[in-house]
Amino acid sequence: MAMVNFTLDGKPVTVDADPGMPLLYAIRNDLGHNNPHFGCGLAQCGACTVHLDGQPLRSCMAPLSSIAGKTITTIKGLGTPEKPHPIQQAYIEEQVPQCGYCVNGWLMTAAALLNANPKATDAQIRDALIGLKCRCGTHMSIMRAIKRAQALMASAASA
Amino acid sequence: MAAESALVFSRRDFLLTTGALVVSASGLHSSSAFAQTAAGSAVAKQFPPPDQLDSWIAILPDGTAEAFFGKMDMGQGLEVAIAQVVAEELDMSIDRVTIRMGDTATTCNQGGASGSTGVSLGAKPLRNAAAEARRILIERASMVLSVPAEKLTVTNGVIAAAGASSKSVSYAQLIGGKQFDSAVEWNKAVGNFMDVKGQAKPKAPSEYRLVGTSAARRDVPGKIFGTSDYVTDVRVPGMLHARMIRPPRGGSTIASVNADSIRNARVVREGEFLAVVSENEWDAIQAARALEVQWTDGPTDAFPGTDGLHDHIRTAEVVKREDATRKGDTEAAFKSAARVVQAEYQWPLQSHSSMGPACAVAHVRDGEATVWTGSQKPHSTRDGVAKLLGLPPEKVRGVWVMGPGSYGRNDAGDAAMDAAYLSKLTGRPVRVQGMRSDGTAWDPKGAACVHRARAALDASGKVTAYEFISKGLSRVNVMFNESDPRDCLTGQSLGMPLNPGAGLGTPSESYAFGAKLLAWEVVPPLLDRCSPLRTSHLRDPLGPEVHFGSEQFIDEIAAAVGADPVEFRLRYISAPRDAAVVKAAAEKAGWTPHKTHGKRVARNGVLHGRGIAYAQRGETVVAVIAQIEVSPKNGRVWARKFTVAHDCGLIINPQSLRQTIEGNVVQGLSRTLFEEVQFDRKQVTSVDWASYPILEMKDAPESIDIVLINSTEIAPSGAGEPTMRCVPAAVANAFWDATGVRMRRVPLSPARVKAALAHI
Repeated sequence: MAMVNFTLDGKPVTVDADPGMPLLYAIRNDLGHNNPHFGCGLAQCGACTVHLDGQPLRSCMAPLSSIAGKTITTIKGLGTPEKPHPIQQAYIEEQVPQCGYCVNGWLMTAAALLNANPKATDAQIRDALIGLKCRCGTHMSIMRAIKRAQALMASAASA
Repeated sequence: MAAESALVFSRRDFLLTTGALVVSASGLHSSSAFAQTAAGSAVAKQFPPPDQLDSWIAILPDGTAEAFFGKMDMGQGLEVAIAQVVAEELDMSIDRVTIRMGDTATTCNQGGASGSTGVSLGAKPLRNAAAEARRILIERASMVLSVPAEKLTVTNGVIAAAGASSKSVSYAQLIGGKQFDSAVEWNKAVGNFMDVKGQAKPKAPSEYRLVGTSAARRDVPGKIFGTSDYVTDVRVPGMLHARMIRPPRGGSTIASVNADSIRNARVVREGEFLAVVSENEWDAIQAARALEVQWTDGPTDAFPGTDGLHDHIRTAEVVKREDATRKGDTEAAFKSAARVVQAEYQWPLQSHSSMGPACAVAHVRDGEATVWTGSQKPHSTRDGVAKLLGLPPEKVRGVWVMGPGSYGRNDAGDAAMDAAYLSKLTGRPVRVQGMRSDGTAWDPKGAACVHRARAALDASGKVTAYEFISKGLSRVNVMFNESDPRDCLTGQSLGMPLNPGAGLGTPSESYAFGAKLLAWEVVPPLLDRCSPLRTSHLRDPLGPEVHFGSEQFIDEIAAAVGADPVEFRLRYISAPRDAAVVKAAAEKAGWTPHKTHGKRVARNGVLHGRGIAYAQRGETVVAVIAQIEVSPKNGRVWARKFTVAHDCGLIINPQSLRQTIEGNVVQGLSRTLFEEVQFDRKQVTSVDWASYPILEMKDAPESIDIVLINSTEIAPSGAGEPTMRCVPAAVANAFWDATGVRMRRVPLSPARVKAALAHI
């Protein structure tokens, strides 16, 4: 067991647990944040995705010890109903999710892509989303939402 | 989710918060109403009682309404559709109507999510109950206001005299927080066909103002901001975390277990039912990996292996055959035929592979049980758990909480049973969740089959006889719900007698060929007990499987007589709505006949083609056109564009319908191009997303054009599955158009496509 300190959704947190335990279980069980999900435990689907210092991280395989002192953000920290991230706003406007269990992967990966390259082309978007799964097959509305988020960001930038 | 309060809430609490005439987890009933239902009836006791209006509709003290729905929204927008239907009949705004779904304590057994009947059957009693509630409220308002009922109007839950709005009374004032205490006529059906009627006549479609609009779903924001709870998030104080231990080989059994091989966890075992439990989830996961179990070998050849599966099916004995359609004398027609066209098609075993493996939480104590489940049939969960634990069903409460996706009988039913039995054995609340292989290798599989098709042509090229015979593993080797523990790994591992069913399916179309035989044959399961390859319902059971063959075969007949696939279909389709969707799809896609099938090279060696397929599903009809690109070099098939024409009668919510159709196309495309459960002679080797790949964004279509035909005069029929059954054949027909090569086995994976096109 070891004490590990990091920042979760803007707040300092401490977890006393096996340092080899994946971050996902610390977030869900020790800290009670339910939103990152267990999908595969193998970093093959994205359901557990969070941001580590702004970059997508599959929390199901990242050992807790590797997170010490870092900044972790979940979709709860990405935005709020009052102040949504453009990709969250676009997801709601496009009514994207069906079961919704996969959304952490798509939202956090798309948010990082849009932050880095707000004008990404369709081909660049498709490339950036490799390795993410959605079993309900909402891919068409995911693409629409990402393009809508690009438009939202462009109009915000020009405003 | 803090679940503890849900276990112990009292009937009084429940009435105060929701107004519903229902039970608590302790199994108390509204005894008078219950007795009415049970008296003189052969139907099993139902609770809540379907013949009471209060079981369906409640008006709360604040004037908002609650409707109690015995089916669930799996994410395709059913919740808001039901809210639209109820709000429509109550003359309220949608945002003042809440739908309570899938809790057996508060909802009647409407069969759960089943067969895309959420609207077509599920909405019926809600519509009638809401209309009846409105009728009773108007009647009461008439007395209160001393205005004749026919002179009253309702606006958002306020009843007023026409032309004298000062004379008004609200639903809240009339009944808020109190019960209707009024009977409705129940048709005595339990499950999908449950219906009730009051004296009121629901609105005519011409009067609709909410039904038919694209009202926004209410479940979306919670999913996007991470505030919605899933079944994986249910926590009961004092609960143990569990992982099931499944045999490493089909049919192998436990020789010995070394309980000392794990730390911070303990073994729970009865017969072949084996699990580890721990206070801590990570400890349970590590213990499941570390546990030393000696297993017996099991049968030498438990399975035929992926590549031997279809040979196995061809030669296996037939345990049941059904000639579902037999019209005219096919044998005579084949004997006198000028030409015979024939082909065989193969469909593999496929996995639900829901987004996450199943999870359930159970609390068994003091002669009662509560199970939180992602199963799409929580009333079946309740019944199955009751049988498993030897409890009366009224002492068991099944609570559906959104799970990680559900497309039929996946691993959720097993998880619910496992959790209940573990809670019984440990005396503690238990949360069990699978690892990825439990959701991929161990879920019940969609049936594999082989289809034999023959058509007899006369000298003029007219089809005089048509035969389509499917032979395969049963769609109900284990039942499509978990109402009997014998159909679950739990019961089977405890040695319960087996309960196999035999069923498959036949094409759903309206081709008027001279003589016609549509039949199916079921073969025995590959392994009879605790099989990772047991088969059951996977989204649109036998839809994609059968129509991949039948709708490709229609194209093969068309090609044999030199006809265009669209024109050929229209030549034989007999139902006008069927012809309408084929025409609508062709028109939207700009389909024109061409005779240059095969090697339709555009650029860079990529071949282009288009194909059509059409089918019925219940009263719904769909036609799908796929436009694809095939790369012989790397075997990639990109279905770039789809066009769908869809008629499911009256449309409740066009936006949800479009997205449901899109999901069908994409999931159907994934099953067409990528999905096949891999296994050797001992075990399933598809255990994760690497060994069971599904479609990713790079292979998603560029566009899906959808033509919605809104047949407002026809009652709504299902939309959750029909489109999927057209996708595989549309793609395969496009593949032939592009390459001149027929792909008669799914999936059209890169390796198989490369092999098929090696000569090009």
